[in-house]
Amino acid sequence: MDKSVLTGVHFWDGDYACAEGAIAAGCRFFAGYPITPSTEIAERIAQRFPFVGGTFIQMEDELASMAAILGAAWAGTKAMTVTSGPGFSLMQENIGLGVMTETPCVVVDVQRGGPSTGLPTLTGQQDMMQARWGSHGDYEIIALSPSSPQECFDLTITAFDLSERYRVPVLLMMDECVGHMTEKVVVPEKEKIRPLPRRWYRGPKEKYRPFQPDADGVPPMVRAGKDFRIHITGLTHDERGYPVINAECQNLCVTRLVKKIRDNADKITICEEHSLEDAEVVVVAYGISARVAFKAIADAREKGVRVGMLRLITVWPFPEMRVSELAQRVKAMVMPEINLGQVYLELERVVAGRCRTFLVPHCGGWVHDPKDIFEAIMASVR
Amino acid sequence: MITEQETHPLDDLLRVDRIPHIWCPTCGLGIVLNSFLTAVRESGIPREDIVVVSGIGCTGRAAGYVNLDSFHTTHGRALPFATGLKLGNPRLKVVVISGDGDLVAIGGNHLIHTARRNMDMTVVCVNNFNYAMTGGQFGPTTPKGARLTTAPYGSYEHPFNIPFLVDSCGATYVARWTVLHIRQLTESIKEALVHPGFSFIEVISPCPTVYGRRNQLGSGLDIVKYYRDNSIVRNDIDTRECEIEYQGKIIVGRFVQKRKPTYLETMNEYLRQSVGEGFVPYQGPMDDGD
Ligand SMILES: Cc1ncc(C[n+]2csc(CCOP(=O)(O)OP(=O)(O)O)c2C)c(N)n1
Ligand code: SF4
Repeated sequence: MDKSVLTGVHFWDGDYACAEGAIAAGCRFFAGYPITPSTEIAERIAQRFPFVGGTFIQMEDELASMAAILGAAWAGTKAMTVTSGPGFSLMQENIGLGVMTETPCVVVDVQRGGPSTGLPTLTGQQDMMQARWGSHGDYEIIALSPSSPQECFDLTITAFDLSERYRVPVLLMMDECVGHMTEKVVVPEKEKIRPLPRRWYRGPKEKYRPFQPDADGVPPMVRAGKDFRIHITGLTHDERGYPVINAECQNLCVTRLVKKIRDNADKITICEEHSLEDAEVVVVAYGISARVAFKAIADAREKGVRVGMLRLITVWPFPEMRVSELAQRVKAMVMPEINLGQVYLELERVVAGRCRTFLVPHCGGWVHDPKDIFEAIMASVR
Repeated sequence: MITEQETHPLDDLLRVDRIPHIWCPTCGLGIVLNSFLTAVRESGIPREDIVVVSGIGCTGRAAGYVNLDSFHTTHGRALPFATGLKLGNPRLKVVVISGDGDLVAIGGNHLIHTARRNMDMTVVCVNNFNYAMTGGQFGPTTPKGARLTTAPYGSYEHPFNIPFLVDSCGATYVARWTVLHIRQLTESIKEALVHPGFSFIEVISPCPTVYGRRNQLGSGLDIVKYYRDNSIVRNDIDTRECEIEYQGKIIVGRFVQKRKPTYLETMNEYLRQSVGEGFVPYQGPMDDGD
């Protein structure tokens, strides 16, 4: 019996839902190294994979885990690893290799409070800039942020789809609270989940060039073992994949890696909007912070402030267009984050002084007191 | 005037459009590559099944010159990348060719664990006693007394005896040769390619440009002459006995060859028994349409 999609209504935590989302998306290779608060995902994958034909391996560290999923992806599987802040730091060099070699894979970071070992068991949103810029060099990445166990399931599937579509490692930036929160999760019928297949190259063998892009800037892929005799390197390379160490090739190679995401940003970014029609203030939030902010929004509405919510589901690329439109017509934007200002920097940049912006910081350990967000909303209209 | 295109019997296995390579004249790496490709050809293994993975370094460039599916990864991470490839498609013959710095220093943790798991792959570790590509710093195999840029008065660290290291971790095939032992090296790689489990071959190779020059060891030819006069073939020895001292004797040979279940054999067998009827083994890579 096929156990890959557990159709039905469940009471799951975010970590479990993420594991199930990966299996439903067709992930059949997992490499990881235990770290709180992401461990339960690995544990559940280890428990479930033998029943769905997947290979689980516990590697010796996160550097190995990240390298292993890249190898597995090139062997032709959908592959995932999960970690938390310190492990995410260790993965950065090979996330860069994934970007440079355009390797589809999913990396889940269940965030805890940092820096360093910080708050192993307590929540944070402090890896958001690490997600954006953690690896060296110029690149664009895709990062999603779920707010509920249901979204942990759904967005893990979306993450796999986006990684196959754009051939880039996709980051699922959870927070500890969402990972450990237990709620209703509805898993649809298997036929209703249609994970995107890989963009396989279908032309004649002699014509294949591993990094020759299609019209949308993304090259189709082949896997190792098919006699295409591909050479894949982290060095700056031409369309054949051959290293070419000069400024001209660097320009072509890196610009395309960046452009394939930037040019498709409007197709990649997903936001959710609440009560924005009449809003004079917008709360911009993601992950658990968005859920806390709803209470503050309700309280402020009661006091007569017209406030709404722009919930970022895709954080990177940042939904620049939508934020820009809103900045044009509202008085203020308020951003709660469980960090001392990370995605807020991007918000300020995009708003560019067209409305007022307020950061509601929290440096981790627990979620915001809705009162703090409420007060920021009230201050913003004063 | 040369009118005929010069060819080499191994051309089909070489990415000839990438020649000339970056390796220095009389560097041992060309010999290693030659031995490897000869072994591939003589092994009869279908070419598309062999995948080469390298880390970073002069040796790491090997992946770029073979006309096989090949991956040039990050410094030290060739083995876990190769592990993912192997588990992602168990049909592949995965070969890692990389330097001693790459595999034993920065990648040392992966080396011991890949050997421990008896992961089914072949590793060719080229030991030139230094970090060549970055200009000749000392490394985990530099013999005591050898001078390098970061050991200007001579290295005083205890070097690794790599065969002993991988043997003690669980490697099931271990050999060491110098680039002078072309025939034995080629035979060894052939044996390793068909050996089920973790097979490891250390190749002592001259780096005249950096290690040789810093230590005034003469030309590449002089270094190979030294191999001729100082290497001793001793098969099946206790790997504790093959340490290398600065300009001392080099013990070479096939030290270990034994059969033990590979990682995949163990995993599948174990899960089949403990999970029972519900166990679904991995079905191989995604369908790519043909
Ligand atoms: C993370 C990281 N650290 C350092 C380097 C710089 N680096 C490039 S090659 C190399 C040493 C290679 O030595 P070895 O593996 O012995 O190969 P050889 O060049 O001697 O063949 C180093 C340290 C790097 N590329 N990446
Ligand atoms: S620096 Fe040494 S190892 Fe590197 S190519 Fe030159 S001789 Fe060979």
